[in-house]
Amino acid sequence: MPVVKSLDDLKRIREEALQKRQIKTSPGHTQIVVGMGTPGIAAGARETIKAILDYIENNKLENIVVRQTGNIGRDSYEPIVQVIVGDAETVTYGKVTPEAASEIMEKHVKGGSVVRAYIIPA
Amino acid sequence: MREIALHILDLAENSVTAGAQAVKISVCEDLAADRLRAMIEDDGKGMDAQTLARVTDPFYTSRTTRNVGLGIPLLKAAAETCNGHLSITSQPGHGTQIEVVFQHSHFDRMPLGNLEDTFLSLATGHPDLHWIFQYSVRPSNEAETNTFEFDDQPIKETLREVPLTHPDVLAFLRDTFFNGITKVRSELVP
Repeated sequence: MPVVKSLDDLKRIREEALQKRQIKTSPGHTQIVVGMGTPGIAAGARETIKAILDYIENNKLENIVVRQTGNIGRDSYEPIVQVIVGDAETVTYGKVTPEAASEIMEKHVKGGSVVRAYIIPA
Repeated sequence: MREIALHILDLAENSVTAGAQAVKISVCEDLAADRLRAMIEDDGKGMDAQTLARVTDPFYTSRTTRNVGLGIPLLKAAAETCNGHLSITSQPGHGTQIEVVFQHSHFDRMPLGNLEDTFLSLATGHPDLHWIFQYSVRPSNEAETNTFEFDDQPIKETLREVPLTHPDVLAFLRDTFFNGITKVRSELVP
């Protein structure tokens, strides 16, 4: 039955993930928050989060938590994405198109350097 | 918003804001009755009669930062234009149920849109909630209704400490939604 098969797949994924985790010392995890209030959705936030999830999947990134939240309160900058790497301060990016999201994933989340061009001015 | 799937995402986000622990989303393309129906049911804090009356008012929003909340009023207007309706049932402490119905064949009906991305973003973006998704197509009076059902509880019980955003799990979820929805949708073409 398809359901049983899929849960077996997940068990295998879980075992592999836990094995890998034991081998390498786990780096501090990264949190990504996407504003998904009405203005965010209207500005394309679903496509933005999809680009982030696709990047994680295609680049096999682990230890990343992606969350949706309500309005971040800067409507004219939607879609808004916040990135928190380990204990570093929250970086808030604005007008994050799917292309911008991939760039932020590449340079900030994977590469470790903040992408100044998309940071929302305080 | 130009897709019903985006409105569903918006309504489900309202359920999250209302403190829901479980949300069920059901979408049915009923060709036999020429109806497209979407239902969002949550166990959040619910609304009293006064708030309920104001929710479909374009100048009402529960936010205090801005004065116009256009999500529900615009969806209601779009449904009514297509010989449909939007109805909300809610009581404080008893959650909220929103149903929106369109005439399926209506020329002005907005497309259902990308339901799989709406489901993926809700399930991964709010992993602490219990999500149940249902998508069905009823091609005709004679034919059987085809349904895709997704419940994230057994998945999370199996994965335990491994997050839904693990790359292999994301691939699994994307496939599950895409294949499930595509299979049911193939019934739309006779």
